[in-house]
Amino acid sequence: MSTDSHAAHAGDHHLDDGHAHSTFSGYMLGFVLSVVLTAIPFWLVMSGTLPSKQITALVIMAFAVVQIVVHMIYFLHMSPKSENGWSMMALIFTIVMVVIALSGSLWVMNHLNSNMMPIHEMTGMK
Amino acid sequence: MSPDLLKFIFGRLGIDSLPLHEPILVGTFIMVALGGITLLAGVTYFRLWGYLWREWFTTVDHKRIGVMYMILGIVMLLRGFADALMMRAQQAMAFNGSEGFLPAHHYDQVFTAHGVIMIFFVAMPLVTGLMNFVVPLQIGARDVSFPFLNNFSFWMTVGGAVLVMLSLFIGEFARTGWLAYPPLSNIGYSPDVGVDYYIWGLQVAGVGTTLSGINLICTIVKLRCPGMTMMRMPVFTWTSLCTNILIVASFPVLTVVLALLSLDRYVGTNFFTNDFGGSPMMYVNLIWIWGHPEVYILVLPAFGIFSEVTSTFSGKRLFGYTSMVYATVVITILSYLVWLHHFFTMGSGASVNSFFGITTMIISIPTGAKMFNWLFTMYRGRIRYELPMMWTIAFMLTFVIGGMTGVLLAVPPADFVLHNSLFLIAHFHNVIIGGVVFGAFAGINYWFPKAFGFRLDPFWGKCSFWFWVTGFYMAFMPLYVLGLMGVTRRLRVFDDPSLQIWFVIAAIGAVLVFLGILSMLMQFAVSFLKREQLKDVTGDPWDARTLEWATSSPPPDYNFAFTPVVHDNDAWWDMKKRGYQRPLLGFKAIHMPSSTGTGIILAGLATAMGFGLIWYIWWLAALSFIAMLAVGIGHTFNYHRDFDIPADDVIRTEDARTKLLAGAK
Repeated sequence: MSTDSHAAHAGDHHLDDGHAHSTFSGYMLGFVLSVVLTAIPFWLVMSGTLPSKQITALVIMAFAVVQIVVHMIYFLHMSPKSENGWSMMALIFTIVMVVIALSGSLWVMNHLNSNMMPIHEMTGMK
Repeated sequence: MSPDLLKFIFGRLGIDSLPLHEPILVGTFIMVALGGITLLAGVTYFRLWGYLWREWFTTVDHKRIGVMYMILGIVMLLRGFADALMMRAQQAMAFNGSEGFLPAHHYDQVFTAHGVIMIFFVAMPLVTGLMNFVVPLQIGARDVSFPFLNNFSFWMTVGGAVLVMLSLFIGEFARTGWLAYPPLSNIGYSPDVGVDYYIWGLQVAGVGTTLSGINLICTIVKLRCPGMTMMRMPVFTWTSLCTNILIVASFPVLTVVLALLSLDRYVGTNFFTNDFGGSPMMYVNLIWIWGHPEVYILVLPAFGIFSEVTSTFSGKRLFGYTSMVYATVVITILSYLVWLHHFFTMGSGASVNSFFGITTMIISIPTGAKMFNWLFTMYRGRIRYELPMMWTIAFMLTFVIGGMTGVLLAVPPADFVLHNSLFLIAHFHNVIIGGVVFGAFAGINYWFPKAFGFRLDPFWGKCSFWFWVTGFYMAFMPLYVLGLMGVTRRLRVFDDPSLQIWFVIAAIGAVLVFLGILSMLMQFAVSFLKREQLKDVTGDPWDARTLEWATSSPPPDYNFAFTPVVHDNDAWWDMKKRGYQRPLLGFKAIHMPSSTGTGIILAGLATAMGFGLIWYIWWLAALSFIAMLAVGIGHTFNYHRDFDIPADDVIRTEDARTKLLAGAK
């Protein structure tokens, strides 16, 4: 609910409206890609084609990352140009924040686990 | 009635939940009830309900919502400060075998409530209120991006405050300290409703805070007037942008941590328990990932206020605008890299502790850069010692001391000695009072004439200033001394009689601060009575520099009859210098958002749901949740969301101002 859409647009130097164009074929492509990217990990787990569980897990995670990118491009219509680059900036900021919070927590908790947890509990947790 | 039915209707709530055995609370309740009845009777007698509902409660005007945030902050300040006085009195008395006047059960609630209220319901509303009021005016916008959401956010914050206040008279509040660390806050050790009040109070208010963060980011990004590029934004708008980015990025962490804690408490999961693989240390880790950015959420807008005030009252452009902006952005990022300094002593080991110690010390570099920028702005300026400038100078002196003790605490070996001591308490009060509170007061004195059309009385303002500043130093310098001697926080009774004198001095300091708060209330009352004398007809009482001073005081509903066009930093100063003439003709109808009662209704239902969840009144929780969905969906069918202020009304308002300005010359 913009109070004054003319002023708002003028203020932002909107030369083009910056939205990626959402077309039927775009949505279909995104849908097909999502299905494929979901089916392959499913098949990998069910058939056990890969030699070890760790490798399977890693491959699935790689597919998940690609899946996220597909969703962002085809469903959220994000591109480096959308919203005058603000979407991209927000995305980068989010990734930085998430990486800091996750890797920092893992690092900290790993230290706390090895320094502070009683020995019998550590063996018990395996 | 059968006990089962009673239990179904009232959950855990019973007649014994009322603290009738605590004379202090009964007395407080009688006072509050009498005051409340008088207030409600007064509103009814003067037939103000309709006016309040139409013009204030349902308003989507960012200026009025900003003012309501400030009122909430000041009311809650009185509650939080009453807790502070009780703690200071207790600690000054409880020596030589005396138990003081607060039993342990009550004292623990008092220090918890003090922390929670001061951060969430005093500092946050004051900061959000100022941002809400000032930012759209500074960027030449007519309102925020989502005016209805703004109203809803405000009422959710009020809902959280209401829950915390209810705990005073119905049941009890948490006895865990303001961050409710498990395992103490788990159901095994805190089986009563205290922690549940804490959780749902913060969850309800947290929704409001997060949404208002999104709203203000969107406003700043999308609604700037033509010509206002990012690097021409006033510094307060910049710090608001960074603060709201911090809010949006960090409050979800708080929400999730509290949700996990409530799962532990309500359905018996073991995220933060001592056994079954739970880890209370994870709670401490996660809550500080929110908690440290929160500190900067509070202080960055204060930095913005000081920047505006310093350049206005020195009559100079802000020194080092670009470095100020970059310092703010750097602080925003760094504030995410320091959280572990709140628990150096939990046992992370040398590498982790040194990393977080060093990042903490690095934050003092951009902060120091800001300090020098303010000093250089004042250098060779024609400084006017009006109240906002006095608060700014008090801030600069006080905050530097707080900053230095902070760098001291950032050294892990020193922290092992000082952790959880009164030294820490003195440090964070030093930066929060010296930074955020002084900043809010500078902002209130600075923007009050803009909001209400008359300045605040300087005499009572100066009384408030001197009582606050001297009171602050008397209250907290003794705590540094006590902390260095090894006294820990949250103690109720003391064995060593030689410590008493320091607590007595601190208590006297608290009384001085109390006089400061009374003087401030007096200042508001006196200024209201003398409003004709203190009137601001020009709309620019301080000869200021940014766009909010280009419009009248108080601004019309639509803020600016024509959207301003900006050519330089300090847009209004630039306009004045180039001999800007106010347009007198050609006014058009102005498109504005309409008021709606949905926000207050939704927030009321959310509060009721919180109350139901706290007391295990499941039907109430379920019913209010369903009602919330219904009202929310119903609101999507509300098509009366906007209206046009007719051109005639605009012409009338603007002509009145033209006459006023002509009279002033």
